[in-house]
Amino acid sequence: MENWSLFSLCVLLGLTSRWAVSFHSYSGAGKPPMFGDYEAQRHWQEVTYNLPVHEWYFNTTNNDLNYWGLDYPPLTAYHSLVCAYVAKLLNPEWVELHASRGYESHSHKLFMRATVLFTDILIYIPAVLLYCFYFCDGSSKQKVATALCILLYPGLILIDYGHFQYNSVSLGLALWGILGLGLGWDLFGSLAFTLALNYKQMELYHSLPFFCYLLGKCIKQGLTRRGFFQLAKISLTVLVTFALCWMPFLSDPKQPLQVLHRLFPFGRGLFEDKVANTWCSLNVLIKIKTLLSRETQLFLSFALTLLFILPSSLKLLSKPNLWQFKLALVNSSLAFFLFSFQVHEKSILLAAFYCTHLGFCLFLRLMFFLFVFFHSMLPLLVKDGLLLPYVVTSLAFLFLSLYLLSALERSTEEELRLGLYRKLTQRWLPKLNLSRIIKWKFWFSLVAMAVLSFTSVWLEPPAKFPDLFPVLVSILSFLHFLGFIIYFNLVQLMEPQRKKSQKKTN
Amino acid sequence: TVMAAPMTNDQSWFYALALGVSFLKCLLINAYHSTDFEVHRNWLALTHSLPVSQWYYEATSEWTLDYPPLFAWFEYGLSHIACFFDKEMLVVPNLNYASPATVLFQRLSVIVADVVFFYAVKECCKCLREDKGKDLLGKPSFILTGLLLWNFGLLIVDHIHFQYNGFLKFIGIYFVCVCVLLLNLKHIYLYIAPAYGIYLLRCFCFTQSNAVLVTLGTIVLSTFAVSFGPFIALGQLPQVLSRLFPFKRGLCHAYWAPNIWALYNIADKAFSILGVKFRLLDINKLPKASMTGGLVQEFQHSVLPSVSPLATLVCTLLSILPALFKIWHRPNGARGFLRCLVICALGSFMFGWHVHEKAILMAILPLSLLAVDSRKDAGIFLMLSVTGHYSLFPLLFTTQELPIKIFLMLLFTIFSLASLKTLFRKGGALLNPLEVTYLLGLIPLELICEFVYPLTVWQKTFPFLPLMLTSVYCALGVTYAFIRLYNSLLTCSDTTKKTKMQ
Repeated sequence: MENWSLFSLCVLLGLTSRWAVSFHSYSGAGKPPMFGDYEAQRHWQEVTYNLPVHEWYFNTTNNDLNYWGLDYPPLTAYHSLVCAYVAKLLNPEWVELHASRGYESHSHKLFMRATVLFTDILIYIPAVLLYCFYFCDGSSKQKVATALCILLYPGLILIDYGHFQYNSVSLGLALWGILGLGLGWDLFGSLAFTLALNYKQMELYHSLPFFCYLLGKCIKQGLTRRGFFQLAKISLTVLVTFALCWMPFLSDPKQPLQVLHRLFPFGRGLFEDKVANTWCSLNVLIKIKTLLSRETQLFLSFALTLLFILPSSLKLLSKPNLWQFKLALVNSSLAFFLFSFQVHEKSILLAAFYCTHLGFCLFLRLMFFLFVFFHSMLPLLVKDGLLLPYVVTSLAFLFLSLYLLSALERSTEEELRLGLYRKLTQRWLPKLNLSRIIKWKFWFSLVAMAVLSFTSVWLEPPAKFPDLFPVLVSILSFLHFLGFIIYFNLVQLMEPQRKKSQKKTN
Repeated sequence: TVMAAPMTNDQSWFYALALGVSFLKCLLINAYHSTDFEVHRNWLALTHSLPVSQWYYEATSEWTLDYPPLFAWFEYGLSHIACFFDKEMLVVPNLNYASPATVLFQRLSVIVADVVFFYAVKECCKCLREDKGKDLLGKPSFILTGLLLWNFGLLIVDHIHFQYNGFLKFIGIYFVCVCVLLLNLKHIYLYIAPAYGIYLLRCFCFTQSNAVLVTLGTIVLSTFAVSFGPFIALGQLPQVLSRLFPFKRGLCHAYWAPNIWALYNIADKAFSILGVKFRLLDINKLPKASMTGGLVQEFQHSVLPSVSPLATLVCTLLSILPALFKIWHRPNGARGFLRCLVICALGSFMFGWHVHEKAILMAILPLSLLAVDSRKDAGIFLMLSVTGHYSLFPLLFTTQELPIKIFLMLLFTIFSLASLKTLFRKGGALLNPLEVTYLLGLIPLELICEFVYPLTVWQKTFPFLPLMLTSVYCALGVTYAFIRLYNSLLTCSDTTKKTKMQ
């Protein structure tokens, strides 16, 4: 079959699963007074449509910041404004100031879901297709298989079409950024990434790799001549994009400060809810949230984050090629997720997202990683009533990846990665049968995750520990993530220059 | 004779396709379900709670039992499992009861019953001619599995609208002599009974020993006996038959199936409008425009003669007689039988009384088997399947299901087009330009009916105009496919090597 038909079949399968998942419940459905993320997005449409720009981020009588105040950068606000205009055309009640709080109806749900689908088709899916077409190794069948796996990744589907968010916009824009950089269009890539950053501040998790990659490239071109001009052009692009996005807020110095205050709520503490990162897991043993002062917490998290991203960033700076770039993205997002301040469990999507783009070389591990990332969101999904789609999409994804793995004749590249561990362990534990251990680890983790999923849903936790199961899920996921970040750092740092022909590096 | 080549050992792609489609069906559990859902719930309830003597007399709900007895027994069996999900669904007065557990159980029952269909498809693939060394996507068995397991019509009729067709198709495809079983499960299979009957008689009964005739006869009679037995003993046979064949229901269903009578209706309407315009007819003498109403009722034609059930029966028999005669005269092995089967199904669809648009699946599914084998059939299949599947669109009329039906339709169409094109690479295009234009015309039709028309003023005064347009446009395509099929049956000669199908 021709490529175009195979790719269109992948896209259609992806779209069908997305829309089928959207039939199910959303976050905060039928739960007054606060509801959930769905109501937050609706509320932002109401606020941006009815209030002038300078009031969006401020606490006024018309804009109560305690009820889902805007806490994403301006591009999200503009997007909500556009959606609000469409909503007004369809049914003005949806964005009535104050009166539309907690508005829920079948047609409104359809409208909101349609907005997600629309941006997905516009931004995310074309980026994925182009990425698989240009930057995946292997035969066209392998490219199509990669595209299918990426499009069917349950994490993004369930968060965007179930829980309700617009992650596909920021992730899609970031992917356009990677595409641009990969094709050698640095300015376009920087523009796209800056837009992504202005859509969700979580993209800061990835900004360091982008910065190091571009800086490294410019240095390689010679900082005194071409490199310098290139650097200047990139910096100008970034600054102009920022200026354009923040223009309405630059008239008054109080505005940008307030926006930043909303974006980075340092007042809210080290973490909220159960999240699979270091602080939450550490909190189970020692109550660091109460033990240390706010400033110490901030400093500690900053220091550890820096510690974990510095090696990979420096390596990228010295060797700015696409493979290192992708690895650095994964490492950076994992480090931020594990050690940063006020992290939400959905942020693991960023790390997962870049994992999918590491391509076939690490296939089995990748699928495993992706699965674990997804599993860590189980408590959130159960709370939203999304158990059925969770089970179906995760099983489908698992079987699909296992089938494609066996069907597409895994090459010895797997062994190359394995060789890394072997080099390390051979020195101290020469008798170890490494591949068997890894297989056992894989199956053990799967069983543990299945058991936890089952118990979270069907069993009642003991009265003394009402949060037992979410905490167990978080801790199990955290241990896996710690292992992953060490693994990926090792891969990036010990990796010799890849032998394959670099497609469009310059 | 050349034996069919053995299948390669690696069968994992089959399970991948089967699992994949099952997962998709699970995701669609929460989609819209039609009144057929309540119909089946009602049957679960009444077979569970009432004694057998009451089954065909029960009328608390408007959805009375109107399938043959074996299906009633099937529902009875299901009801014992339903106890574990939600006992309330088995209470007859609980009309329109649709708790989450009920929805889950009913949907799962269709999904699980489809496993039987998967088995039949797997067996079918064994009979196909395989070229060794072909890549997976170009294998006829892979394409056939895709065309059958992921059939758009089955997906939306069984798993959204709600019915049990897949499971029944198992029996149709696999067991030749179980046409009787089918007749006892769903009398729509009367459409294809003549084909089975004639073929069986011709091939087995007069060429081999009388023992076969006796065996077949025994099987037929005993199956009918077991299934209808209790009702005959209770003297309820007339009541059962009246429930199964409700001739009071009118020439066409609420939404006209795209058959000859749709064209007949539109011609009648056109003549009456022209007649009034040119003062040839008196508008007061014409019956009210009830044909375009959405209710199931009897109506009269204005200009052309009205059609009675007997007339449709005669037309149907006339349409399928040449085909039956052909295979009696020269049974062309399995292919000839299948072709005749498709023609019988299509003929009954074209000329039958009160045909449901879902009946087009009875012709499309067997035609898939022929499509992976010959180029001409592939072309006819593409015409019939795209048109037939599009004609199913009005079944899912909710806004929520609109993207699903468009995506799935595109998925199936692209898959069938691309895979059949790859299979029959040599020998030119599968469809000629006229056919391509007709099929492309479905896109503006969909845009007009689904997006543009609801925004116009006519939506209030002529609400059924889009439905009429759809059925008439599709009727043209279906009629064309019927003619081409007949043409290929009557002009094909015996193949020199007969591939035996089980």
